[in-house]
This record gives sequence, C-alpha cells and structure tokens, in this order.
Amino acid sequence: MTSVVTEPPRTEPVGNGFAPPPEEETRRQRLVYLLSRSWLFLFLLLLVMYFWLASPPSTFLTGSNISQIALTTSEVVLLAIGETFVITTAGIDLSIGAVLFFSGVAGGEVMLKLSGTSAQTLNGQYPHATNGIALGVLVCIAAGGGFGLLNGFVITRMKLPPIIVTLGTMAMAFGFGDLIDGGSYLPAPVPPGLSHGFGAGKFLGLYYPIWVALALLVCAHTVYHHTRFGRYTAAVGSNEEGARRAGIAVNRHIVKVYGLCGLMAGSAAVLDLAIFTNTTSVAHQTDNLSAISAVVIGGTSVFGGVGTILLSAVGAFIPTVLQNGLVIQDVQPFWQEVVVGATIIVAVYFDQLRRRRMNR
Amino acid sequence: MATMASPSDPPGSLLEAVGIQKHFGRVVALRDASFTLLPDEVHAIVGDNGAGKSTLIKIVSGVYAADGGELRLDGRTVTIANPREARELGIETVYQDLALADHLDASANLFLGRELYLGGVLGRLGFLDKKAMRERAGAEMRRLKIGIQSVDQPVQGLSGGQRQAVAVARAIAWGTRIVIMDEPTAALGVRESGMVLELIREVRNQGIAIIMISHNLPEVFAVADRITVLRLGRTITTLRRDETTLEEIVGMMTGALQVAA
Repeated sequence: MTSVVTEPPRTEPVGNGFAPPPEEETRRQRLVYLLSRSWLFLFLLLLVMYFWLASPPSTFLTGSNISQIALTTSEVVLLAIGETFVITTAGIDLSIGAVLFFSGVAGGEVMLKLSGTSAQTLNGQYPHATNGIALGVLVCIAAGGGFGLLNGFVITRMKLPPIIVTLGTMAMAFGFGDLIDGGSYLPAPVPPGLSHGFGAGKFLGLYYPIWVALALLVCAHTVYHHTRFGRYTAAVGSNEEGARRAGIAVNRHIVKVYGLCGLMAGSAAVLDLAIFTNTTSVAHQTDNLSAISAVVIGGTSVFGGVGTILLSAVGAFIPTVLQNGLVIQDVQPFWQEVVVGATIIVAVYFDQLRRRRMNR
Repeated sequence: MATMASPSDPPGSLLEAVGIQKHFGRVVALRDASFTLLPDEVHAIVGDNGAGKSTLIKIVSGVYAADGGELRLDGRTVTIANPREARELGIETVYQDLALADHLDASANLFLGRELYLGGVLGRLGFLDKKAMRERAGAEMRRLKIGIQSVDQPVQGLSGGQRQAVAVARAIAWGTRIVIMDEPTAALGVRESGMVLELIREVRNQGIAIIMISHNLPEVFAVADRITVLRLGRTITTLRRDETTLEEIVGMMTGALQVAA
C-alpha cells in the first residue's frame, strides 16, 4: 500500500505567508519573563515594607521622611535620565558622578567669588548673591555639558570604548575638582538664596528640586519616545552600522547624547549644592553606581536599543530608599552599596534572559 | 509613418555597465564586466567565488569606484561616488546582513533616516508623526502582500523571512527604480526562501528592476528573467532564463563551456 504524504493544513494570515514563528513557551519561561519585567516594583515594594516594619514606629513612613527621600532622589533622577540615553546607545557613562562633583565645585566657586569677598562669604554674608547664583548655576551646567561633549568626542573621534573613556574622565573630573577645592569642601556654603530659598523651599508641598526633576523627567520622556532624537538614540544602540547606512550621522548623535548626559550631571550639581549647601568628592564616589543601577533596574538594556525613562526614575528610588532606611535603622549604610551592586547584576541578568528570549 | 527616436522607443535599458574594471592593489577583481539591466526585470548575476559579482554590484551601489569602464543610467553616463549618490539616483541595496534596527518596529525601520514629522512647530522640534508612519508602513506592507500582523512590534520578534521583507520594503519605498539584492535568501530556510522569491516577483511586478546575486542556481532559475555569467572578472554572456539551462550556466561559470565572444 502506498502512503500519501499530505501537507498539514495551513492556517496562515493573508499575503505571502510571512507568519510569525510559532510560540513555544513553557509556563516557567513566561513566569521568568513576567518577573523580569516587574521585579523592580516588587523589589521596591518589599524594601519599603521591610523598612516600614523594621524601623521604629513613625520614623520611616512619615511625610517628612518620604519628602526627604524624594528630595535626595531628585538628583539621582537627573543622572538616571542622562544615563538612560547613553546606555540606550549601548554606551555607558561612568564619569557622571565625578562630573556632577566637578561641576558643583566649579559652579560653587564662581558662585562664592561673585557673591562677595572671601571674608564676607566666610562670615555668611553674600551681598551679591543674585549675580553669584545666576552665573554659578550657568557654570555648573556648562561644566557638565563640556565634560559630556569631551566624552562624546573622545569616544567617536578616537574610537575608544565608552567604559574606558569615561573611566578616564571620571578620574580627571574628580582630580580637577579636588585640585580646585583643595581636596575638601568649598570655602563656604553656597548663598542661602540657593540653599534655603530653592533647595529647602517648597511649592505645593514638594521641594523645588523635586519639581525640577519631575519637569525634566516629563521632557526627557517626551524626547526619548516621541522625537527624532530619541528614535536615533535607539537606532544607534540597536544597530550602529544599520543606522549609518540609513543616513543617520551616528558619530554626531553619539556626541550629542554624551553632551546631554553631561548637561544632566551639571544640572544635578545645581540641585546638589542647593540641597547640601556644599560639596566634596567623597560624597559622590558612588553616584555613577546609583545612576547606572537606576537605569538597568528600570529595564533599559545595557546591550542598547531599548529603554524607558520613567522606569529609570522609579529605579532611582532603590539606592535612596536603601540609604535612608539603613540610616534610620542605625545599620552601617555601606550595606547600601552591597545591595545596589548586587541588584545591578540581577538586573543585567534579567536583561540578558529577555534578549535570549527575543532572539530565540 | 516614421517613428521618432525617444528613450522609450525601442524599450531601452535602465542601467548599463560597460567594460567595468576594478583592481585592489595587484589583484584584478574585474577585467571587463558588462551587463544591461532592463526595466521591470529580475536580473541575476552569477559566477563562482572570486568571479567579481560582489565587486560589480558594489560599484553599482556606490561602495567602490570603478577603475575603468562606464555606468549609464537611462543612457546617460553617471558616476556614483558613494551609496548616498546611488540612493539619489534611485538605486537601493538590500544588504545580506539586513541592517535593520532590531529593537525598533517595522514602521520605524521603514522610515529610519527619513522620518515623517508632525506639522507646525512640533515638527520642527523633531516630533515624529508616528501615526502617519504606521499607516504608510501598513499600506506599504499590504501593497507588497507582506502579511505581518502589526508594524509596531520590534522587528527582532519577526521571522527571518519577515525581516528580509521589511528590509526589501524599506529599499523600495522611496521612489526606487533599481533594487540590488545580495544573496537575498542566504540566511533563510526553504519555506522562507520561497516567500522572499515571491516577494522579489511582486517587487518586479510593481515596475522596479532587480539585480540579484546568488549562489543558489535553482533559486536564480525560479525568479530571474535574465542571467549574466561572470567568470574571473569578465562577463561571459547574458542569457534569457527560458533560453538556457542550469547545466549550461554551470558550464559557463566553471569554464567547462566556452562561449564565442
């Protein structure tokens, strides 16, 4: 008897049959995927619950402590915005915290010099504070932007890996900053117009720096998801050669992205001076860790091409909540670095799982 | 009645490559390569490894400059200094490695580098008109009978054939007259290869001429209208597919079959 080979019935959509590959997912894979998308919120929720239950009553979950956390997070949010754009291009900026520090020192020095004589500022008198603050803020932002452009130019012109370039500029920015302030602090606190008026001032119950972070967050989200700049950022990170062939000026775009990241670091320096009234390099050693962890925990791929600004901002709460909670519990705050460091690894691991899943 | 000489009478060539030469140092890649591309045809260029197929199409697509010979588009001599100039002349290349941005959706890939913007001030600030791009991308996919469910999913989730289809759609979406395809099915399975060949026919039926190079002779015979055989940097001959056989072409490629010049 002859057997007739029959084709299985085809149930394909219209057209030439360019059907998607069949879905062959186990429940476990789906669970891992779901976890990889939502673990940020779970983790944050668990952290908050833990600190709430483990801290002395009415210390952690109080209005004033929450606005304190939000205030310190505002700085990290700015850094995370810049870092999201950079990491989306499949790059990285390790220098972001050092650039924040350098910008703060440069801008702070200018602010103090213009606000009064050194004898006056040491006595807490700032006769020309308005001019000082205005120009100091501009210097902060310009110094940050300048360092960012330097990163971008060195990466694209000398064709060096971003991790090395920004490691180098990180050391340089810390060095220059410490050279200016003699390795300690600014000679005097910044004028109260900036610190009390802005850093400790509130509008509708929220500190001004939080409003700044929220406003920049909305702008950055819009740019990232709805404009040419955002689309080219993703395209460059997804397929640099392909973007080049499509006619995108890839190198110029990369310079712009690092420049933007520097601008965000410079702006964060303004918030830093406003919130803490002074600055020192020791306080900024792990800012890059905070920023990068916020971004990768928020789901932006370190392999480039895809990211979310708003989730980076949620991720920015992890290092600050940890810091705050540990201090309240009187635990050594160095645990924060341990936990944040470990979460970066977990986040990138999930990122890799997702990638494999997509490229099956 | 006397007929006036005009470019369309008799149906002239779209693109002519005449006596193209190319050296890389002392290595001669092309000695005397010629072919004539007619409008509305699929023209395959075949040859053994080292015959100069890739070099020839890279000269047409502006990646290399020829050391000798001439390119004529619509009967006029043209120089194509770089890929951008090729594109401005209506010549697009679909590369072997696709050059799609995996994380972007089909619509974004289709418009990459040529995005549509919103009207007014927002548009000038670089705000994308995603809706218009999606709609036009969908229309383009339907025109080519490419059945992908949605143009707003990242293309990395698509199959190899679908991705190739998006790359082809991108190549022909811009008033393109000539599409160059370098090994269009090299990375694909049998079924998907069949889809891409179907797509090549569809593109040709839309009035776009196609130059394809391929190692796969059965595929060439399945889709090409005419076949140019290159051997050691020279054009051996150009034949109509329906007037030759696979054996004859293989003989010419390997030099077993001599052709009178």
